[in-house]
Amino acid sequence: MAYVAVKGGEQAIAHAHAWLAEQRRGDQAVPELGTDQIEQQLGRAVDRVMAEGSIYDRSLASLAIKQAQGDLVEAAFLLRAYRTTLPRFASSLPVETARMEVARRISAIYKDLPGGQVLGPTYDYTHRLLDFALAANGGATQAAPAMDFPAERLAPVSAILQAEGLIEGDGAPSRAADLTREPLAFPAARSTRLQALARGDEGFLLALGYSTQRGYGSTHPFVGEIRVGTVAVEIEPPELGFAIDIGDITVTECQMVTQFAGSKSEPPQFTRGYGLGFGHCERKAMAMSLVDRAMRAEELGEDCTAPAQDVEFVMYHCDNVEANGFVEHLKLPHYVDFQSELETVRRMRADAARAEAAE
Amino acid sequence: MNGYNFAYLDEQTKRMIRRAILKGVAIPGHQVPFGSREMPLPYGWGTGGIQVTASVLGASDVLKVIDQGADDTTNAVSIRAFFARTAGVQTTTHTGEATIIQTRHRVPEQTLSEGQILVYQVPQPEPLYTLESSRAETRRMHGLAEYGLMHVKLYEDIARFGHVSIAYSYPVMVNARYLMSPSPIPAFDNPKLNMMPALQLFGAGREKRIYAIPPYTAVRSLDFDDHPFRLTRAPHVCALCGSDNTYLDEVVTDDRGGRMFVCSDTDWCEQSRDRRQEAAE
Repeated sequence: MAYVAVKGGEQAIAHAHAWLAEQRRGDQAVPELGTDQIEQQLGRAVDRVMAEGSIYDRSLASLAIKQAQGDLVEAAFLLRAYRTTLPRFASSLPVETARMEVARRISAIYKDLPGGQVLGPTYDYTHRLLDFALAANGGATQAAPAMDFPAERLAPVSAILQAEGLIEGDGAPSRAADLTREPLAFPAARSTRLQALARGDEGFLLALGYSTQRGYGSTHPFVGEIRVGTVAVEIEPPELGFAIDIGDITVTECQMVTQFAGSKSEPPQFTRGYGLGFGHCERKAMAMSLVDRAMRAEELGEDCTAPAQDVEFVMYHCDNVEANGFVEHLKLPHYVDFQSELETVRRMRADAARAEAAE
Repeated sequence: MNGYNFAYLDEQTKRMIRRAILKGVAIPGHQVPFGSREMPLPYGWGTGGIQVTASVLGASDVLKVIDQGADDTTNAVSIRAFFARTAGVQTTTHTGEATIIQTRHRVPEQTLSEGQILVYQVPQPEPLYTLESSRAETRRMHGLAEYGLMHVKLYEDIARFGHVSIAYSYPVMVNARYLMSPSPIPAFDNPKLNMMPALQLFGAGREKRIYAIPPYTAVRSLDFDDHPFRLTRAPHVCALCGSDNTYLDEVVTDDRGGRMFVCSDTDWCEQSRDRRQEAAE
């Protein structure tokens, strides 16, 4: 057989793209999916893609989901690659989640509390039975009964503990670093760690958070509070000298209250694990708060033995765009290195065979 | 390309990257952290090399992109198309014509000259990573030039197998100071790095590191006096051009054990065939 050099990579790529587009569209007899439908009806997917894509834009996230055929990691990658080209014209002021207009707010550490427990739109108490009425497009929508949102500002649950001095403070405000602009260095500030976690892969954080519950870096966590709702984003342009509201975003916040036995300088008290993400992302925010607390082991003088406590390990591996790229790069050609390995193995086998023959 | 700056990255980002490159050139072999950007190509597919190339690329440059030594591998095609699209620069497959060569896994066979830049795509810039996983710790080890761990690894290889078993990404000492990963090129290519007249730049996008070897810098593959560094290549001649001193790919030609060996550097192979034909005429 004659050797035919593998030419025409360019044409092969063009053909692959055409095929992909055709496959994405699917059966032409089925109406094409509108990005507005994704935005409205696949909201949790949109939320996840915004969180991991690290940009709050529902319509762009919907487009990314459509373009990626619903592959959410690919969609997050599309958003990231777009985000990186955007100019930064300001940093927002810290978002005040205490002033959140809540749609959901629960606490697991108090039976009742000022403002009450607000379940909001949650899957928590649904029975996971497939609803075949939805398949038949018969999702007759009943309007949800109107809810009286707590009008007053809902103080964070942690404030109740703080009033008694039972929980550590929030820490002094500091300038937040941006790991998309500055390379990671260790030790990494907590704000940098939280940024990494907020952008991090939900599945990875879930597994790591779970591992802390199974004895790999236990933190004895309680859900102090989870709240979901809209917060105002404000910037303070230097030429104005006062803050202006540039819009509202939906976020999910989780404050995990964890045990701390005390140290030489600190009395026994509760400590905090913090989670915050774009959209409605409770699983992510909870896992994030567990991992955030686990990563503080060294700071709090605890033993660092578990993966979730290893800051370098968590931060270098939580990003699914990085992880996905590097795992998938293994399908690129590696035949030059493989050839080198082949020759080395052949040489080693020859050496071993010679040694055996000599014996 | 509409809506994007020349060569994709904005000028501020390119400046930041050029500063990292300059620092890298000033401290040969030292890994310089940089604010690596998210690129429209996946991490692990050359984002570091692409950012370095984008930052040094000018409108009059001629670009060559190779992967596994070949210009026609799909990812090389894709990266070349990226720059043709975003920068509109002239591209070539001829090593001698290129002012910038971006590569993955190979150093061209043809000796590079002054004024050329060789940009390597680097998946893992840390040569010590298999021996010490913490980057905080390896950074300290580089600071102290504490490379005993790597020497022990080589020694253990020799004790177990009779020779060093590293076939690619073979660690080098640059300018007798920094231990450096030459990127996953076969060890066969390592000697080409030594005293190379061209500037060598290494970009690791995912790991956010840049490093460099300035022209005419000493680069020595780690070895021992009684176990000097040895090259590995398939002991054959190229079936297409007859070269007997190039790095060869093994091509499986049938399911009965048939093999042929051809140059991995496609440009070299073509030119050497042309030369042979000219000589015959």
